Parts: sequence; structure tokens; C-alpha cells
Amino acid sequence: MSAQCPECEGTIALAADILDGEIVPCPDCGAELEVVSLNPVVLELAPEVEEDWGE
Amino acid sequence: MRVGMLCSRIRVEEKLLINEFERRNVQFERIDDDQTWFDLNALQANRQVREQFPDVIIERSLHHGRALYTLKTLNDAGIPTVNNYAVALTCGDKFLTTQALLRNGVPSPRCLLAYTQESALEAIESLGYPVVLKPVIGSWGRLVSKINDREAAEAVLEHRDTLGNYQHAIFYIQEYVNKPGGRDIRAFVVGDECIAAIYRTSGHWITNTARGGEASNCPITPGLADICIGAANAVGGGVVAIDVFETAEGRYLVNEVNYTMEFRNSISTTGVNIPERIVDYVLAQVQ
Repeated sequence: MSAQCPECEGTIALAADILDGEIVPCPDCGAELEVVSLNPVVLELAPEVEEDWGE
Repeated sequence: MRVGMLCSRIRVEEKLLINEFERRNVQFERIDDDQTWFDLNALQANRQVREQFPDVIIERSLHHGRALYTLKTLNDAGIPTVNNYAVALTCGDKFLTTQALLRNGVPSPRCLLAYTQESALEAIESLGYPVVLKPVIGSWGRLVSKINDREAAEAVLEHRDTLGNYQHAIFYIQEYVNKPGGRDIRAFVVGDECIAAIYRTSGHWITNTARGGEASNCPITPGLADICIGAANAVGGGVVAIDVFETAEGRYLVNEVNYTMEFRNSISTTGVNIPERIVDYVLAQVQ
């Protein structure tokens, strides 16, 4: 399975057990991407870190 | 049994936990904090509404604010969570964490609190340079500042005061602890056991692995286990990660306690199946 990076249009190979909401890095440009749909697989740039994010 | 997971995004940690729940054939559901909403009145008044929720919910939200309000809502309705609201409230605020550690006699770096630029400068100079200034709420080392002299102190305090959020003008000032070998310790406590620990080593004084610190296995000595379990109990227990400094004299000091811990760099490093241990603990809350 593969999808296109919305930032650099590179092709990203995805694991078969990918989940909605999962974060995947683009190996070409390094962008952090979020899986927003599974069928078909659609990737969007993951949101920037917000002030209350953390552990 | 039904298990829920409050989450925002599925990072490596959430995926490992989901895989572990599925491996055990536990009925599992995700509660996406972007999409969920709560009828607060109905949750308090109506048992049928409460019973629509899973038997136990593990909190893995990226957002401290959303985690806090959701845990309060769930716990007040009698729904158990890992961790619970009180633990999240204490660990999510460095001032409250410090108070919990101090009240329970857990060794921690010296901390001062001030509310104005002038009083904060006075406090800093009473401690002596360098000091560390931290936002009381925040993670991953964001806006954590090492202040080496008066000019830097004046600049940082002024910037903080003008950031907008009132919390940035609550000045939480911590003694700077010189880390031998440029490392500190991240230890993982599940229930009443310290299950694993790593050294985080960095050329930078901030050693978070999220900021480039390198992880290596840290043997759990009885002394380390004692202080970590003590810190976990001080904040209310559960599943927590303890950040520990070693001093040049060989003492341990608890720096922070994290309630939605990240552990991706610590499984192969320590050889401990951390998600398996967390899932054991979550399931035990309702068995």
C-alpha cells in the first residue's frame, strides 16, 4: 500500500495495518503526516505542536 | 470487558498499546478527543448513559487540557481511568508535582515561586546562577530556560511576562542540577513496581529524547526503585514516568513526573515489554 506526500508529492510505502489517525513521516522530505482516511488512504500534514501537548 | 482509549493521534505508543489489547482479544474502542463530546448532566444523572462507556479508559491524549477535563468527567461518573484525574492534575502542573513530592518527602531539586519580574529576579539571585525557569504547564522541554546571569534573567522574565497566557507569568524557578556525564534517568513505574529505566544522554543540558537525547539501559538499583515508587505514590500512583537527576554526590532527585508517558525508545533499550505491562495494569483495574 502506498500514498502520496501532500508536501513533496513523493510516494510513501505504508504498512498493511496502518490506522486512521496514525502519524507517518515522509522519507523524502521529512514532513510529519497524519492518516486522515483509510479507503482510500489520504495523508495530510500533521498539526503543529500546540501549547498543552506533551506527556 | 470493554476498554477505551482517549487519544488525539495514533503515535507509536498508541499503536503498540492498541496491538497489545487486540492480541488479548479485548473489546477495544478509540475515543478521539477531536470528535467526542460529553453530556455532563446525563453522565451524572443517568446510569444508562454511563454504561455506554467502556469499563475502563486509558488516557493517551496529546492535549493536557482535554485529558484533564475528560478524566474529571469520567471519574465523576464512576468510570475508572488510567491515569485518573487527580494524577493528571498533579503531574500536568510542575508546581503541583513539586508540592506533592515535598509533602511526601521525595527528594527533588530546590524550587522557588514568584509572580512578578522583580520578585522572580530576587528569587533567582537568592538561589545563584545558573537556574532553570520552566512554565508550570508544558512538556517536551518547551520554553524551559537555563539562565546563566542577571542579564539573561531580566530578558527571559520580560519575555515571559508578555507572552499573553497568565501562566507564563507564574515564575517556577528550579535549582540547576549539573548532570554527571550529561545524562539523567527516565524510569517507568506501573502500579507499585519500577519496571524499567533508561539513561538519557545529550551534549545539550536538555536531555529529553524528543529533543535528541540518546537512550541507553539504566539498571534499576534498590535506591532508584525506592525514589521512583515514592514519587509515583506521591502523585497518586498509576502508570507514570519519573525523570530523575543524579547529583555529583550520588543522590537521586526527582525532577518531573509524566502521566501520559512516551516509551518508544525504551522497549528495545531495556528489553522490557512496556506496553504489555501497561495493558496488564489497565485490565487489572476492572478484573
